[in-house]
Amino acid sequence: MELRHTPEEIAFRDGLRKTFREKIPAEIRQKVSEGRHLSRDEIAASHRILHAEGLATPNWPVEWGGKDWTPVQRYLYVEEVQFNAVPMPLSFNVAMVGPVIANFGSQQQKEKFLPATASLDIWWAQGFSEPGAGSDLASLKTSAKREGDHYVVNGQKTWTTLGQYADWIFLLVRTDPAAKKQQGISFLLVDMKTPGITVRPIITIDGAHEVNEVFFDDVKVPVENLVGEENKGWDYAKFLLSNERTNIARIGFSKEKLELVKARAKETPSGEGMLWDDADFRRRIAIAEIELKALEITQMRMVAAQRHRASDKPDPTSSILKIKGSEIQQMTTELMMTVAGPFAAASPEHSHNAPPVGPDWAEAVAPQFFNYRKVSIYGGSNEIQRNIIAKAFLGL
Amino acid sequence: MDFDLTEDQRLLKDSVDRLIQDNYGDFEKRKTHQADSRGYSPKLWAQYAELGLLGLPFSEEQGGFGGSAVDTMNVMETFGRGLVLEPYLATVVLGGGFLRFGGSAAQQAALIPGIVDGSTTLAFAQIEAQSRYDLFDVATTARRVGSSWLLNGAKSLVLHGDSADHLIVSARTAGSRRDRDGISLFVVPAKAAGVSRRGYATQDDLRAAEIAFDSVLLPQDALLGEPGAGLPLMERVVDAALAALCAEAVGAMGALHELTLDYLKQRKQFNTTIGSFQAVQHRAADMLVALEQARSMAMYAAMMAEHPDAATRRPAIAAAKALINRSAELIGKEAIQLHGGIAMTMEYKAGHYFKRLTMLGSQFGETDQHLRLVAERGLTEAA
Ligand SMILES: Cc1cc2nc3c(=O)[nH]c(=O)nc-3n(C[C@H](O)[C@H](O)[C@H](O)COP(=O)(O)OP(=O)(O)OC[C@H]3O[C@@H](n4cnc5c(N)ncnc54)[C@H](O)[C@@H]3O)c2cc1C
Repeated sequence: MELRHTPEEIAFRDGLRKTFREKIPAEIRQKVSEGRHLSRDEIAASHRILHAEGLATPNWPVEWGGKDWTPVQRYLYVEEVQFNAVPMPLSFNVAMVGPVIANFGSQQQKEKFLPATASLDIWWAQGFSEPGAGSDLASLKTSAKREGDHYVVNGQKTWTTLGQYADWIFLLVRTDPAAKKQQGISFLLVDMKTPGITVRPIITIDGAHEVNEVFFDDVKVPVENLVGEENKGWDYAKFLLSNERTNIARIGFSKEKLELVKARAKETPSGEGMLWDDADFRRRIAIAEIELKALEITQMRMVAAQRHRASDKPDPTSSILKIKGSEIQQMTTELMMTVAGPFAAASPEHSHNAPPVGPDWAEAVAPQFFNYRKVSIYGGSNEIQRNIIAKAFLGL
Repeated sequence: MDFDLTEDQRLLKDSVDRLIQDNYGDFEKRKTHQADSRGYSPKLWAQYAELGLLGLPFSEEQGGFGGSAVDTMNVMETFGRGLVLEPYLATVVLGGGFLRFGGSAAQQAALIPGIVDGSTTLAFAQIEAQSRYDLFDVATTARRVGSSWLLNGAKSLVLHGDSADHLIVSARTAGSRRDRDGISLFVVPAKAAGVSRRGYATQDDLRAAEIAFDSVLLPQDALLGEPGAGLPLMERVVDAALAALCAEAVGAMGALHELTLDYLKQRKQFNTTIGSFQAVQHRAADMLVALEQARSMAMYAAMMAEHPDAATRRPAIAAAKALINRSAELIGKEAIQLHGGIAMTMEYKAGHYFKRLTMLGSQFGETDQHLRLVAERGLTEAA
């Protein structure tokens, strides 16, 4: 047993760190660090820099721009992106639709979509959830009826993250209304400019426009945009979701946040000294750090086990990572609320160059705390993760 | 022992409930109130006056209705249910509290009638850049100049300070920044020369202000209470405010719990209501346990709020706020989680309760501050 990384792994990590810090604009990393929302252009700029460095799609097959990395290197990459407050390359492209097309798409689809997906010349959105189909995704109703060389899509998707910027959307649609739930679903690629698509913003409790409703009214989609086989979409979705969960622990994110909590606590006056001198507050930081250290080792155990796992064996680890990872992320946003103290309450307007209320970072703290309630809801809610552990692993 | 309301209390509660239901029950109406330049509805404020709410805690000699902390509790609970925006805490509980417990007869006569009839609003200007939750951490100064006072300093996050007519300002008249002695309170007209205000919204849709005092010249009788003895007075008033906040929190938690239960009974996934899953049921049950514990402590706070002995009162109020903060945190987070995505939206009410409960949790101290006070002083038996 050896916890420490090899010198090669450390050199690999340091190389990434250097690239991230030198190439990604400091203002973008600062915004990510402060928990502010990025603009379309900032997300695109950062993604394209990573792509130019060959670092946007390391998990793809090598022939489509992926890297022949070990599981440890893949893990170090994700952690290092997050620890340096670099925006993750757009996950809908890189972690979701890209691997699905690469694994199940036709040669023609690969050629048409993969390069543009890697470079973000196509911005993808994920159209899975519906008003009536959240945790029970397989109950989705949006339909695609085959008519000649087209499907005609009708229905509604919701919670579509950054759909307002999307060029294309990948959909789960029902192609066989007679089949049992999971069996009549297909995976379709749809150009957002197609007539009949309407995008409506949903404003979240932090005041941000991050998610949308997307309506489909007799939208004609060429049959060549079907991925893989008709009615096999659920298998592709499962493949996609299992990719989504590999970086769900977001250990690098929480590490970065805890460092920031400490740095700011050292600059925040409290009582005779600084908040950092407050033993009760230090205990709360310690609790979060301990949980995070444990999760990091759990994650590393999972990475190491990937070498010799029989793949059909049920594995609770990704659910453990999701539950604990989301809880720790939320803890870091709560600690930051305490650092901001009374100033977390202010929500000043930005119209007339008014000075900040309290430290200039404080106004972003409560919105991020509110917004991060989402991490235990999406990506398979924490209750669904517990069901998975109980049923698939514990045999209950 | 008696937890029942008197006939009068019940009648008042019913009419407040009705008024708030009519004016806040439809969430769109709240947006209209919020859009007013004051951030709340002046029309409703006048209705509160008509109903006698604004004079509730003042004695009949002062022109009020001689209500107790239990009456305030009832009003605040209903305001919590409605997510009410009007400055009741700032004007009646805090401002009114300073006048009741510390004001001279002249100050009371000058300001209370205006509060009672709705024409005067107040705010408590206390927080400073460095003070966090310590009432005694005061860098703002007031210096005697002849028979006047000269006020200099800056206050932050003054709740409803942007629209208040008068400010109650804590300032140091002796000693150094963190001395417990040497703090005095002043009544400052918000439009006095040298006062500048910048108003803004808070995260929970209320209003606050940054207020600077630049050589503000005040008459001798602007001083409220004994010079240098402002801290015990502030503690007394803030304890009354904490008791009121506890009641508001219980109102918000109760409404949020009901909203969640309704949703659990309607929302279907996997061909059944999500409320039929036992994992969800247990969480909803835990929310109720937390709510009832909070309700008990809000009552305790109301009964202890006006206790004149600080050594008995302060730990009791701190205990109530500590428990209520923890209940509010649990209920707020669970409500969002059990709703799923819908509760993350601005359009749905649950998120607004969550935000108010979050912010309420840090008003006049977070859980740690209150726990520390209880740990240091201990709880005494209620006499
Ligand atoms: C900010 C945000 C961004 C999102 N982005 C996207 C996106 O880009 N694309 C997309 O397709 N979707 C997206 N989603 C949707 C997300 O995947 C769903 O919110 C999630 O699947 C939960 O569904 P729901 O919100 O309908 O809650 P529901 O499924 O209605 O669940 C409500 C509650 O019931 C619980 N519950 C449900 N079933 C059970 C059970 N069997 N046992 C115990 N408890 C249960 C849940 O855990 C939850 O607490 C996003 C959501 C959010 C909040």
